[in-house]
Amino acid sequence: MSFLPAIITGLALGSMYGLLALGFHVTYAVSGTVNFSQGSSMTLGAVAGYFFLVLWGWPGLIGIPMVLVICAIYGLIIERYAVRPFVQRGSDNWLMATVAVGIIVDNLMLFVFGKEPRGFPSILAVTPIQIAKDAGVYPLQLLIPVVGLVLAMLLHLFTRRTRHGVAMLAVVQNPNAARLMGIDVGRAIAASYAASAVLAGIAALLIAPLFNVSSDMGTLFGIKAFAAAIIGGLGSAWGVMLAGLCLGLIEVFATNYLGSVYTQIITFASVIVILVVMPHGLLGRAGVKKV
Amino acid sequence: MNFSCSSPSLLHRRGFVKSIAGTALAAALLVTSGAFAADPIKIGLVTALSGQSARAGEALTRGATIAIEEINAKGGVLGRPLELVRRDDESNPAKGLLAARELIQREKVAALIGGLDTPVAMAIVPFVNNAKVPFVDPWAAGTNITHNGAADNYVFRVSAMDQDVDKAILQYAVKKYGTKKPGLILVNNPWGESNEHGLKAALKAANIEPAGVEKFQDNDVDVVPQLSRLKAAGADALFLVGNVGPSSQVVKSLDRMGWAPPIVSHWGPAGGRFTELAGPNAKNVIFVQTYSFFGDLSPVGKKVMAALQAKYSDIKGPADITPAVGVANAYDTVLLIAAAIQKAGKVDPTAIRDGFYAVDQVDGLIKTYNKPFTKERHDALTENDYIWTRFEDNHIMPVASK
Repeated sequence: MSFLPAIITGLALGSMYGLLALGFHVTYAVSGTVNFSQGSSMTLGAVAGYFFLVLWGWPGLIGIPMVLVICAIYGLIIERYAVRPFVQRGSDNWLMATVAVGIIVDNLMLFVFGKEPRGFPSILAVTPIQIAKDAGVYPLQLLIPVVGLVLAMLLHLFTRRTRHGVAMLAVVQNPNAARLMGIDVGRAIAASYAASAVLAGIAALLIAPLFNVSSDMGTLFGIKAFAAAIIGGLGSAWGVMLAGLCLGLIEVFATNYLGSVYTQIITFASVIVILVVMPHGLLGRAGVKKV
Repeated sequence: MNFSCSSPSLLHRRGFVKSIAGTALAAALLVTSGAFAADPIKIGLVTALSGQSARAGEALTRGATIAIEEINAKGGVLGRPLELVRRDDESNPAKGLLAARELIQREKVAALIGGLDTPVAMAIVPFVNNAKVPFVDPWAAGTNITHNGAADNYVFRVSAMDQDVDKAILQYAVKKYGTKKPGLILVNNPWGESNEHGLKAALKAANIEPAGVEKFQDNDVDVVPQLSRLKAAGADALFLVGNVGPSSQVVKSLDRMGWAPPIVSHWGPAGGRFTELAGPNAKNVIFVQTYSFFGDLSPVGKKVMAALQAKYSDIKGPADITPAVGVANAYDTVLLIAAAIQKAGKVDPTAIRDGFYAVDQVDGLIKTYNKPFTKERHDALTENDYIWTRFEDNHIMPVASK
C-alpha cells in the first residue's frame, strides 16, 4: 500500500475511535468520571438500530432518533445507578460499577440479539469511491471523520461559548460553588451522561454498516476509544478526536510497513510512549487543584 | 399400658417396612433384569445447541437421528435399539467437558459424538482417553484432536482435518487457478495458527513460496492494509482462514481495493449468513465442505433426503438442509459407530474402540467407507473426499466435486 491510501485508510479508521472516544470526554469534562463501558453503549446503539432500521424497516427519520433516545435513556440510567451513588459517597467505585453495567449490557445484547453476526446494510457502504489506486473507500468512511470533527467542534463551542456549557464546566471545577451559583449540578452531570451515550449511538449507526452487528462488536472498539481519549487528554474534545486519528494512522502504518503480527504491539506500545512523553495527553492540560 | 402396647406394634411395623422394602427391591431387580434385553444402547452427543452455533448443533442432531431411526427400524445393533442422548456445550470447553463426563459416568453411553468447536473437542479428548470411551468428532477440524499423542487413542473423526484441508486448498488453487504465489490471510487465533502450520507445510512440500502470511483480528473493520501487503508482494490467489464475520470483512476490504484475486478458503464462511455479511462478492470465495445435497445424489443420499423431508416439516429441498456438512457427518458417524459395536459383539467401550479398526465396509452418505480406521489412521475422511462450494444467495452450492 502506498503512502496516500495508507493515510486515507488510517484516517477513516481513526475517526471511528475518535467519535466513540468523544463520549469519554463529555462526562469527564463535567463530572471527572467516565462510563468505562462506552463500547457496550455502542453495541446497544447498533443492536437497537438493527431492530428498528433493518429488522422492522422503520424509516430513518423515525428509527435514527429512536436509537438516540434509547441511548440517552441508557446514559441517564448509568449515571443514576452506577455513578451517582458512589460519587455522592466520595467513592471511586463507579469505576467498577460502569464496567459491571457494560458486562450486563453485553450479555443482555447476547440474549436479545443472539451470537450470530448480522449485516447492517447502508446505501453509503455499497459502492466504493476510488480515491487513488488501491485506495477505495465507502462514502460512509468519509462521512465519519466529518461527523467526528463537526461534533468535536460543536462540543468545543458549546462548552466555551454558551452559558449552559460554561455552567457545565464550572461543575467539575467546584461542584459546591457551582451549586451556590444556582447551577443544577445533578442535572448537568446527568445530561453529560445522556450526551455521552448518544455519541456512542451515533458512532454505532455510522460504524455498523462498515462492520457487522454482533453482541461483542463494541468491546475492542471501546478499549481503543478509551486509549484515544487518554492520549488526547480527556478534557479536550479536539485532543480526543486528534488522538483517535493518530491511533488509526499508527495502526495502519504498523500493519503496512511491519506486518499485521506487530499491529497491536506497536499500537499499544505507542500509547505508552505518548503518555510517558506527554502525561496529560496531546492537548490535555495539567489540572490545578486549589486547596 | 400405652407403653406396653405400642412397643410390640412398633416392632411389628418395622418388620412390615422391612418386608415391603425387600419386596420392592426384589421387584426392582426383576424389572431391571427383565428390561435389560431391550435396553437401548445410548449414544451421547455433546454439541452447541444454543447460541451462534445452534443451527450446526441441530444439523448434527438431525443427521444422527435419521441414522439411528434407520438402524432401529432394521432391528438395532446386537438386537438392541440405539438411543441418542444430547447435551448442550454452549461452545464452551468447560461445559463440554462437564457434559461429556456426565454422559459417560451417569448415562453410561457406549460412545460419545461431539466437538463442534476445536477447543471444546480438545477439552474432551484427554478425558475420553482416560475413561477409555470412544469419542467420534463429526465436525471440529483441529489436527490435534485425533493426532493427540495418547498411547491409547479413543478419538476418531468423520469430518475435515485442518492438515488435510490445507493440502486440499493448495491442490485446488494450483489445479484450478494455476496459483504460483498465494497470499495467506488468517484469523489471529489458535485455528488460524493451526492452519498456518498446515498451509506452510503443504506449500513447502509442493515447493511453492507464499507471497506472505498476514493475520487479522476477529474484530477488524478494515483488512485493506494486510491485503495491500499481499498484493504488493505479488500474491496471485488468497488462502483464507477465518470465521464467517471476519471472512466477510476480507471480502468487503477487497471490494474497496478493487482487487479480485481467486479466494480459496477453509469452511469458515459456511458458518453463518455469509452473503448478508459480505455482500454480492461473497460468491467469489470458494470454500471446502464434505457434502452437499445438491446435484446427483447417490442411493444413500436419496434415502437420507427422503427421510429428512418426511421427519422435518421445514425441509422442502436440499437448500433447507443447512449446514449440510453437519447432517452428513453425523449420519455417517452413527453408521460407523453402529458398525463398530456390531464388530465388537458387545457393548464394552474398549471392545467398541477395537471394533472401529475392524469395520470393513459401510455405505455412507459422503462415501462408501472401506476399512476407514486403522491404529495409525483415526480420520475416516481424507483430502480426496472434500468438495468445493460457494454461496449463491443464501445457499451453499457445489462448484466442483473432488
